[in-house]
Amino acid sequence: MAIAQSRSQSKSGVNWRAIWLPIAVALVVIFFLAPVLWQVLTSVKVNEDISAVPTVYFPTRYTLAHYASLFTRRPFGLYILNSAFVSITSTLLCLTLGAPAAYVLARLRLVGKEVILAIVLIVTLFPTVLLFLGLLEIVQATNLANNFLALIVPYTAINLPLTILVMRSFFQQLPKDLEDSARVDGYNTVQMLWQILLPMTLPALVTTGILTFIAAWNEFIFALTFISQENMKTIPVATAQLSGASVFEIPYGPIAAATILGTLPLILLVLFFQRKIVQGLTAGAVKG
Amino acid sequence: MKLDVVQKREQKTGWVLLLPALIVLLVVYAYPILRAFWLSVFTQNLGTELEQVFSGLSNYGRMFSDGRFWQSLWNTTVFTTSSVLLELILGIGVALVLNQAFKGRGIVRTITLIPWALPTAVMGVAWAWIFNDQYGVVNDILRRLGLIETGISWLGNPTLAMIAVILADVWKTTPFIALLLLAGLQSIPGDLYEAHSLDGATPWQSFWKITIPLLMPQIIVSLLFRFAQAFAIFDLIQVMTGGGPGGATETVSIYIYSTVMRYLDFGYGSALIVVTFLILVIAVAIASFLLTRARANAAGVR
Amino acid sequence: MLLKVSLRNATRRVSTNFVLHLFKIMAKLELKNLNKTYAPKVIPVKDVSLTVDDGEFLTLLGPSGCGKSTTLRMIAGLDAPTRGHIYLGEEEITYKRPGDRNMAMVFQSYALYPHMTVGENLASGLKLKKVSRADIERRVAEVSKLLGLEELMNRKPGQLSGGQRQRVAVGRALVRQAQVFLLDEPLSNLDALLRERVRADLKRIFAAQKAPVVYVTHDQTEAMTLSSKVALLNDGYLQQLDSPDRIYNHPANKFVAGFVGSPQMNLLTLPCKGRSAMLGDFQIPLPDLPTVPPEIILGIRPENVSIAQPGDTSFVRGRVNVVENLGMNYLVSTRIESHNAPTQIVRALLPTDRRWNEEEEIALSLPLQHLHWFDVQSGDALIGRQMAGVRS
Repeated sequence: MAIAQSRSQSKSGVNWRAIWLPIAVALVVIFFLAPVLWQVLTSVKVNEDISAVPTVYFPTRYTLAHYASLFTRRPFGLYILNSAFVSITSTLLCLTLGAPAAYVLARLRLVGKEVILAIVLIVTLFPTVLLFLGLLEIVQATNLANNFLALIVPYTAINLPLTILVMRSFFQQLPKDLEDSARVDGYNTVQMLWQILLPMTLPALVTTGILTFIAAWNEFIFALTFISQENMKTIPVATAQLSGASVFEIPYGPIAAATILGTLPLILLVLFFQRKIVQGLTAGAVKG
Repeated sequence: MKLDVVQKREQKTGWVLLLPALIVLLVVYAYPILRAFWLSVFTQNLGTELEQVFSGLSNYGRMFSDGRFWQSLWNTTVFTTSSVLLELILGIGVALVLNQAFKGRGIVRTITLIPWALPTAVMGVAWAWIFNDQYGVVNDILRRLGLIETGISWLGNPTLAMIAVILADVWKTTPFIALLLLAGLQSIPGDLYEAHSLDGATPWQSFWKITIPLLMPQIIVSLLFRFAQAFAIFDLIQVMTGGGPGGATETVSIYIYSTVMRYLDFGYGSALIVVTFLILVIAVAIASFLLTRARANAAGVR
Repeated sequence: MLLKVSLRNATRRVSTNFVLHLFKIMAKLELKNLNKTYAPKVIPVKDVSLTVDDGEFLTLLGPSGCGKSTTLRMIAGLDAPTRGHIYLGEEEITYKRPGDRNMAMVFQSYALYPHMTVGENLASGLKLKKVSRADIERRVAEVSKLLGLEELMNRKPGQLSGGQRQRVAVGRALVRQAQVFLLDEPLSNLDALLRERVRADLKRIFAAQKAPVVYVTHDQTEAMTLSSKVALLNDGYLQQLDSPDRIYNHPANKFVAGFVGSPQMNLLTLPCKGRSAMLGDFQIPLPDLPTVPPEIILGIRPENVSIAQPGDTSFVRGRVNVVENLGMNYLVSTRIESHNAPTQIVRALLPTDRRWNEEEEIALSLPLQHLHWFDVQSGDALIGRQMAGVRS
């Protein structure tokens, strides 16, 4: 696939820009959107069209049977609920633990603060695949297999570093006078955090929450390893395992439908919160 | 450093607020790594009937002569290097496009974000379908263009499978890099370009003399993140190829996973984890060093 | 017994409870040898001792970096002193938490809680102290009436003007009925016109209550007009603690003399010969001193310098250097040249009835009763018997 790179930065190349830019934009859009659109298309094509050669790009007939089959043959609704439950819970837990920690690292003069900050930063780079063995042992030892807790706690941990880094930079931007005033008024640290500072960082909390939610929803390896019970599976695992329904019949239609349904919440999130997501990403990463 | 009363109070409050997060982090991150170090000097597999038998450095010795390990390391290197390079180039391109002002820029940015937001595993399945030998879109397009006669078995061919996997990964993570670089681009003052063009420079020259050097910190940060992620890629490959065909796309993490989950070889798996961890640490250290140097350079250029 | 508070055209009767409350909790604030050291070379407050009694309004005045804000923060409890003690009444509060000191503070940036309405901002401190709902409502109503905040009660700080926000900040402090009021440059963020009006309002408001007030500013006009006592600080040390009057007319050292008063006092380093100081070729009689130093610093305010009249014993002659038109007067700076001494410049505030040209010859009278003398080494004021007619 050829991608044109638009390098026209000078003010004098007006003509070039008018030609190259639309092409580049179109290519970018096609590149990123195509796979998703293809799945959308596949999910509403009838089986004959799906397995038609050459490929049918503009089907004449449509069907919702694949979507329906998700709910009749498998507990897809349950999968969505599972993912939602785990994602929301771990997000809330992450914010609850991460915001106070971020405040401490932003404002209080703690002995060993640099060390802790360094730890938080480094941990961002750990691949989760290195952790699954140790965690598997813990899960087996504490009998937490097929318990959502086995997912919630790791997800919280995975998202804590980003939460702490983003919230920390927000706290640092708050005016210091506000905290002095609160102290003189009689607020202790916890009251001040809860009643005064956190309400002011609501946008940051929303941003971080969204990022955390997406990461938790998309997580695969832990969900694959720790949950084996069918009706407790999360979307990524369930969708990936749809393909193993039978050796000869691979249900491409339902798989496509599952892809779309299972990612709809995320697509909606991105649609509505695009700006915040980008802000949060760059804030977290640039600070590294 | 002697602390006064106010500072002592801060210490106490600080630690109390910090502790819960710290504990969770330590349990989930520190414990498994330490445990891996510990377990790596034991042998615990089906051979020992899952009992832990102390075996010193034998696991590491085994790794030296383990062809599959070196193969997976090679695969991982190929995958990582290709992915990251491609993503960097494409990322810069996309960032440059997004840096231009045009109507609908917000929508395009949203579209750019979508691949990043979707679950890798789910899209892995989608990509497998796209590269399907009989019904896949890629083959269809190639056929229509007259480049091939019959469908290529992408995922059945070692080299092609690697290409397919790399492509899928590039699709998924270019947005992340593009957005990071976009932030960097937007922080470069426009008058630098104006001054440069007044000196007679073409946009191409400006790109290499101004954009790239000033973007270097962001580039290295993105490289760092992506390297760490690509090195440990699991979801995508597991779902698309499972490491096949014949181990052609088996990366280190896939190997570790199957060593543990399928062969139940915990001791050896721990050793593999330790080695992977150390490689990562070294790479991060090198990158951080380069990063500080690049940051200093960028400051000098400005 | 009732306290009548007169404000604008309204006369209010304050309830007995309010009054009794006032008398019950008033106390004297005392600082003893306060020192704040951050690092061997960073010592913003070196040694400060002072007291503020009931009814007193003390201003901590000084240039940036003199330690006034740090001292205020130590009084509030936001920073702990490295050495020294703070007493409120009988109690030592040096290390007490800020919230437990029963002090209220107004910040330069006002520090209003942005997500709370004006009403909630005013009530926040009281809610924390678990004051009863009825009491909170009553006090908030009183204060908002006093400061004219009634229409703003449901607005958020972001919707208010600078002046309105400042009033809310003051109101939030008043509502606390604290034992001590602390204000950190509360007028700095207001524009000049508003500043004058608010200054007058602040004076009225705090005169109407008895709790000691500690006010920090670098603006001497605020210090002089608002306070009953001024503490002038420089480089972490207290230079002089006195009423504004005495600070102005009897500065304890060269720094105080030069800091207070605008235009700045003339401070001239002069050699001494016999019983006179030599300003150029002219002799200025020295006061009675135990020993006559080789050099001395003469201070005289420009407004006390006038055109010499025949018969003046203390005068100098020179040429006009620069004339600045201040509207109400001319600030005429005069060069006093001499063959064996460096040129001195004397500035005088002269009435506008006579215009002056550069290089014009001019004779200036330096009345003995307005002369200040300072030691060259220490900068301290030298006290000596002046000529008759001096108010001491």
